[in-house]
Amino acid sequence: MGDNGSVWLPDPGTALAGEVDSLFWFVFWTSTIMFAMVIAAKLYFMVKYKRKNEQEVPEPVEESKWLEAAWIVVPTILVLVVFTWGFDVFVKLNSAPPDSYQISVRAQQWSWEFSYAEGATSYTELYVPVGRPVKLNMTSADVLHSFFVPSFRVKHDVIPNRYTSVWFMAEEAGEYDIHCTEYCGTQHSGMNAKVVAVSEEDFAAWIAEQSQDLPPAVLGEQVFAQCRACHSIDGTPGIGPTLKGIYGQTHAFTDGTSALVDDDYLLESIVNPAVRIREGFAPVMPAGFSALSQKQLDGLVAYIKTLE
Amino acid sequence: MAHSPTNQPAHVKHYFVSSEQQFDAAKMGMWLFLITEILLFSGMFVAYTVYRSWHPETWTALSTALDWKLGGLNTLVLLASSFTVAMGINQIQRGNQKGLLINLVLTFVFAGVFLVVKYFEYTAKFEHGLFPGAAFNPHGVSHGFDYASYNVPYGPQFFSIYFVMTGIHGFHVLVGMGLFAWITVKALKGRFSAEYYTPVENCGLYWHLVDIIWIFLFPLLYLI
Amino acid sequence: MSHSANGSIHYLNHAKGLKSWLFTLDHKRIGVMYLVAVSLAFLAGGILAILVRLELLAPGETIMTADQYNQSFTLHAVLMVFAFIIPAVPAVMGNFALPIQLGAKDVAFPRLNLASFYIYLIGGVIVLSALINNRIDGGWTFYAPYSTSIGNGVLYVTAGVFVMGFSSILTGLNFIVTVHKMRAPGLTWNRLPLFIWSIYATSIVQVLATPVIGITMLLLFMEKFLHIGIFDPALGGDPVLFQHFFWFYSHPAVYIMILPAFGVVSDLMGTFSRHQVSGYKFVALSSVAIAFLGFLVWGHHMFVSGQSAVSSIVFSLITYLIGIPTGVKVINWVQTMYRGSVQLKSPMLYAIMFLFTFSIGGFTGVMLGVLAIDVHLHDTYFVVAHFHYVMMGGNVIAALGGLHYWWPKMFGKMYNEFLAKIAALLVFIGFNLTFFPQFIMGAQGMPRRYYDYLPEYTFYHELSTYGSWVLGAGLFLIAGYLIASFFTGKKAGLNPWGALTLEWTHTTTPPDHHNFHDTPIVTRGAYDFHLAKHLFEKGGEVTELDLGGDGASTHHAPVSNEPVA
Repeated sequence: MGDNGSVWLPDPGTALAGEVDSLFWFVFWTSTIMFAMVIAAKLYFMVKYKRKNEQEVPEPVEESKWLEAAWIVVPTILVLVVFTWGFDVFVKLNSAPPDSYQISVRAQQWSWEFSYAEGATSYTELYVPVGRPVKLNMTSADVLHSFFVPSFRVKHDVIPNRYTSVWFMAEEAGEYDIHCTEYCGTQHSGMNAKVVAVSEEDFAAWIAEQSQDLPPAVLGEQVFAQCRACHSIDGTPGIGPTLKGIYGQTHAFTDGTSALVDDDYLLESIVNPAVRIREGFAPVMPAGFSALSQKQLDGLVAYIKTLE
Repeated sequence: MAHSPTNQPAHVKHYFVSSEQQFDAAKMGMWLFLITEILLFSGMFVAYTVYRSWHPETWTALSTALDWKLGGLNTLVLLASSFTVAMGINQIQRGNQKGLLINLVLTFVFAGVFLVVKYFEYTAKFEHGLFPGAAFNPHGVSHGFDYASYNVPYGPQFFSIYFVMTGIHGFHVLVGMGLFAWITVKALKGRFSAEYYTPVENCGLYWHLVDIIWIFLFPLLYLI
Repeated sequence: MSHSANGSIHYLNHAKGLKSWLFTLDHKRIGVMYLVAVSLAFLAGGILAILVRLELLAPGETIMTADQYNQSFTLHAVLMVFAFIIPAVPAVMGNFALPIQLGAKDVAFPRLNLASFYIYLIGGVIVLSALINNRIDGGWTFYAPYSTSIGNGVLYVTAGVFVMGFSSILTGLNFIVTVHKMRAPGLTWNRLPLFIWSIYATSIVQVLATPVIGITMLLLFMEKFLHIGIFDPALGGDPVLFQHFFWFYSHPAVYIMILPAFGVVSDLMGTFSRHQVSGYKFVALSSVAIAFLGFLVWGHHMFVSGQSAVSSIVFSLITYLIGIPTGVKVINWVQTMYRGSVQLKSPMLYAIMFLFTFSIGGFTGVMLGVLAIDVHLHDTYFVVAHFHYVMMGGNVIAALGGLHYWWPKMFGKMYNEFLAKIAALLVFIGFNLTFFPQFIMGAQGMPRRYYDYLPEYTFYHELSTYGSWVLGAGLFLIAGYLIASFFTGKKAGLNPWGALTLEWTHTTTPPDHHNFHDTPIVTRGAYDFHLAKHLFEKGGEVTELDLGGDGASTHHAPVSNEPVA
């Protein structure tokens, strides 16, 4: 233990994560030593002062003043050291460099949307350049969420009607998990994404590629990343119905009616999901998708039609 | 010292050593209960303070929507009722059961007047759509005043806090009336004397607290 | 010794029939009724815990759907926190032992005491009624706006918690007055058992903090019902304000849960070491100090929630102020055994287990109080493990110790000591196996309240689930031999542990309906074993009452250096 990427902590992906880890290990080892001392004393006393006979009544022990003072003073010094150290790193975690590359993050049940200044948008993958500080300006469309990248040791709640932020600077190209850590409903545990850290050149190329006009079904496939937590495309049932081959089918609804799955029905189910609920499913789909642009909606419908 | 409580007055419960111990215990219990009441209201005062500091202009503007004359009248009514309760306790301490009865009835009436005034205040608000929260929709003209001008940002929050605070306070007044009705019945049966008047004392303490809370609510909501 | 004779009349049999229980004003019977009620809550919460762990045995769906899982962990938390841990020690053991330890015939307000019990039951029923066709998920924290955006289940749960809060307030109020006004002659504050001190400190928190959760639940209820827009951002409200309100209660509530455990462990350590509890005054007064300081640290739950960085820094600093006296207490308990006469009976095993598990909970608490580390660990399994080490490793382990300690006095029967030791071992192994792996996966980044997880965490989840089976087996074994003791248990003596508090030295087993024939006179501190050597001269367990100066005992109480107050 103690090396990068131990039993306890994942491989640090930023320099600041390394600083958090040093602090973690300091507290960890100090605590372990003190804990071991307490337990050793406990076990020793248990054996050494075991009751010898039933009549035995020990006399009270004179309490040593300096020993008691030591128990108060030494831990106090230790926690003040830890506090100051933690304070220092906390301030760094909260101070994004002014030249940070900024990305807007919008959280909603149960997906992330990352919007870049150049016009690109991504959903399951947050592309960032290696070696450049990145600041995320985050807000939520519905309930509380929390943005967490274990490898970067950063986390912050994402709150509706308010902007919060985190920043990090990836040191190496690679993929790092993103989790939502504030409970947000049925698919809370499915609200994951990845940070994809790439070199400056690759990042520029990716941005350029994303900013072009895509064919509707390709755009739709990207947007569909938000839907995957509940809707499968391979026929397995989830929170919501699978979308495999549904175009052209006839669906029965909980109100007893049924309808043919056509373009209009697909659009209605996305922007206003509560109107007709498919038989056998609960009315749990968030209403927030009505905020998608017309282009994105067209893309989604086009994409769903391709699923056979 | 190690004696069983024997030859105690009838009102002393068997697990108390003496009448004084029982009275002290009851009074201390009541004070602790009043502390919990203060903390209950303090939560609402915190909400008030937070929202006021975030949106002071809304608070200043909307306090004019509340009728300070009716609020002032209610303040006087409650102050008078606090006085009658104190007088009642004073009377029974001297053993005057009739004096206690008169004061209890007066207190009950004052509390009723407070609620009637509050009723008229509430209905006037509701008529013009001054509801808490999402239902907030000020409209209509009355006495030459256009209520629509109250439709300012965070107006719903002001009225939420107004209705929650005065509503819970009003509920306490209602509970107080119940208590005074109960005590009055006991007093009619002659249960209280200069030796035993603990329930009167405790209800009085409760009533003073209800009064004090109003004394804070009135200026905070109506005047500033 | 007339009133310790066989076939005697005591509080359990002096009146018979269901009515004599349901309308009893006897604090001991109310304590027993609470014991039944909280045990049922613990059973229900425990079964849910086993199911939650089973679901997490493998990634993806194992035994239930995401919705069922989310509701299971929420109900587990609500039941365990509000219906079990908060009332467990104060309402069961406090009710049973506190008045007797004070030398009082009952609590100050017996009717209020019975009312508290029924209010608790009503609250519990309201919470459970949410189960009927309603959705309650989101955890016991009810964070807005999620809690106001889901079905009506949250209305029932908040209403139930609001009602149970009243029960908690009234119990606390009752105990404070009882401790202040009903102590026996000679029982000065310096002679009080530490159990009383800790229940007293707990009661202060209950009285001061619970009204705030009351108003918070009321506001949340109205947010849901009338859309008042205080917490819901869609209406212009502030969800972070809800968190402030919630933690202003719920952090002190952590002390409602842990302070009684401190009291039980102090009594156990003193009795089974037959020795003065080291640093008596410090342990006593720091409980009260913690009760007040506990109100100033709520913001350490919110380091990443959007509160200002300055607030976070202040809250972090104050958190350490609380950590230190707690740490010193642990050292005091260990030191109590030093030059003592340690007897490892089953209650003492739990006290010793407590020192182990609670210390881990404490040290990891310090770690979470460090601002920069908390950013990483917040809302991960590390936090889940930490509070289970404090709540279960602290409160529940101590409660089990207390239950084994007072069981003979409560019911007049001894349980099977051998099975008790086996069960203690199972609980110890099972508990650590369940929760220690959670520290590791939390630090690795496993978020809490996750139905599904990445495959790399599978190993730790497996260990944790296996641990929950061992723990469950241990707990069922305890329930088994305790119930069996009613039928096959040996008759318990007056004072099988050789304790010095009044419930052991001055009343029969089980206690008389009115606790004492005569009001006891206290001539020594709760742990002044060296002043009570006459009780132990015969060896074995103490079988005689120590009725002190009134001549009923064969031994007269030794003259204490302190005058009778």
